[in-house]
Amino acid sequence: MTMLEDPPPEVATPDLEKKAERAEGWRGFFTALPTYAYLVFFFVLPLIIIVVFSFTERSRTGKPLLGEWTLEWWIKLGEPLVRTVAVRSLWLAFLNTMFCLLIGYPFAYWIATRKRAITRNFLLVLVLIPFWSNFLVRTYAWRTLLDSNGLVTEIGEWTGLWGKMLFTEPAVFIGLLYGYLPFMVLPLYAAIEHLDWNLVEAARDLYASAWKAFTKVTLPLSKPGIIAGSILVFIPSLGAYVTPDLLGGAKTTLLGNYIVTQFKSGRNWPFGATLSVTILAVMMIATVIYFRKGGRTL
Amino acid sequence: MTAAVSIRGVTKRFGTDVTAVDNVSLDVADGEFFSLLGPSGCGKTTMLRMVAGLEFPTEGSIQVFGEEMALRPPNKRPINTVFQSYALFPHMTVEKNVAFGPQMRNVPKGEIATQVAQAIKAVHLEGMEQRKPNQLSGGQQQRVALARALVNRPKVLLLDEPLGALDLKLRQAMQIELKDIQSEVGITFIYVTHDQEEALTMSDRIGVMDFGKLLQVGTPEEIYEHPVSRFVAEFIGETNFIDGTVTDDGRIRIGEGEFVYARCNASAGTDVTLTLRPEKVQIHTRNAANIPSERNQLPATITRQLYFGESIYYEIEIPGGEVIDARLENIPSLRRWKAGEEVTVSFHREAAEALTS
Repeated sequence: MTMLEDPPPEVATPDLEKKAERAEGWRGFFTALPTYAYLVFFFVLPLIIIVVFSFTERSRTGKPLLGEWTLEWWIKLGEPLVRTVAVRSLWLAFLNTMFCLLIGYPFAYWIATRKRAITRNFLLVLVLIPFWSNFLVRTYAWRTLLDSNGLVTEIGEWTGLWGKMLFTEPAVFIGLLYGYLPFMVLPLYAAIEHLDWNLVEAARDLYASAWKAFTKVTLPLSKPGIIAGSILVFIPSLGAYVTPDLLGGAKTTLLGNYIVTQFKSGRNWPFGATLSVTILAVMMIATVIYFRKGGRTL
Repeated sequence: MTAAVSIRGVTKRFGTDVTAVDNVSLDVADGEFFSLLGPSGCGKTTMLRMVAGLEFPTEGSIQVFGEEMALRPPNKRPINTVFQSYALFPHMTVEKNVAFGPQMRNVPKGEIATQVAQAIKAVHLEGMEQRKPNQLSGGQQQRVALARALVNRPKVLLLDEPLGALDLKLRQAMQIELKDIQSEVGITFIYVTHDQEEALTMSDRIGVMDFGKLLQVGTPEEIYEHPVSRFVAEFIGETNFIDGTVTDDGRIRIGEGEFVYARCNASAGTDVTLTLRPEKVQIHTRNAANIPSERNQLPATITRQLYFGESIYYEIEIPGGEVIDARLENIPSLRRWKAGEEVTVSFHREAAEALTS
């Protein structure tokens, strides 16, 4: 009788099961290792560095002096100038997000409800075409359009509705809206396209008008797209640098430009680091709250 | 009496070459449980959607209690639908789902609460009010869909394969429950299904559809016993087809010169197909003496036995080489036959139906 002998090693036992599962786990880890390494070296480490910098004194050239610790820069955050720049940035980012949503939603809805897949794909490609040329080039193009003899200015003067907008806050706003609209349209499109249209039919069947069916069913169910799009627009708008730098004037400094100034002409790396860490923290907390809230109602 | 739903010459074309529903006319009586039965793609769902207002007919009239509805939007019709996938609003609780219709109709708040509570009670979902649809089982979701529609006291309730997603046991239980609810509320039900058994057990009347056309309308018994075409005979239940020709004396000549009687309206000389249900066929020893005279007799050979548990199927070769099935109930006294055995098969004259299409 062989019944009481040890089972051969190929047969499953609780120990061997654990071992096999661990082997699977390691395999996954090694697959992800290059990405892990990349993220640690180029993302986590620089982050740690700027956090450390924000607590250091600065040298005469503005570099951080490691070993000489101070809270000066964190206190400096409360200064009125910082507050003005922050409020302006937040307001513009918020406004931009709202307008992207207002313009992007009907557009995404329209694309997503085209019957033929080829029509939808064609329209999506149109949304993506701007990405085929460099953002900087496109922003310079806007500079031309918004300048004294630019098309936009001429139209404004001809109708008497607006004048030259270059180097003003509206110019920055137009630039941001233009730059980030696709980031709103794409997630909205994905959300609306995945909608179960049976639900809209059910709403209509249950005495909802077309508009009621939209507000009670379509809109709440496209919330994941609204959240994703809003985050994708709000965050880069808040930290925007190129657009306000090229289209805005000295009076429209936004956080992104303000930070760059600290590292360059301001000769204050530690304060630049402090500002960066602050924006990052605020945005991270906001995102977490947003997702938590969203997650509960979805 | 006006019909609850009166459909006249309704055609639905999608584009230029797809005719989903082809010139259908139909009356559904008040309080009736009417089923539209047919294979997938036969147009039954499109027909239902046109009654609901989710599609508009290309041609024809749809009246509900005498009122023309053909082109009215769905929210303006006194009709509700239980959708195939239930289509419960995933972002709303059971209670909110059920309250949706009354809210949209601007029913006063206090009344909504009472009506919703009643509807939820009627489908036995008390205690589930605050759950979201994804926290419910398939059967429970089904009940919510039903409550959500019935709370509006519609004049007609449409059901689009509502039990399709449930497993067999639950489906059977829900069939009975649906039927009970229907007779309780007295609302006209139009029920779309591709399941012939479901249609037979639940319906007062059935309309059989194929390729957009309404082929036959009748009680379950009429449809099963007296189908009008090969398609209807084959789609509902199992059947044998035997080709033949009507003779001058009204009999039907089959095989190599055998003659049988059948229910037949065709004139002499017409080629017909006999439809004969397997359970109507009996097997006897060859040339048995005790076969009643109103039964047709054919010499035959057993070719195969199939054991199904509650019944036993025999494949039998009849003169002319055609093979027909006989279904015998597996009762203790059943005489069993072996393949190759020479027998006589018999069937009642009224049991076979001569079809010309």
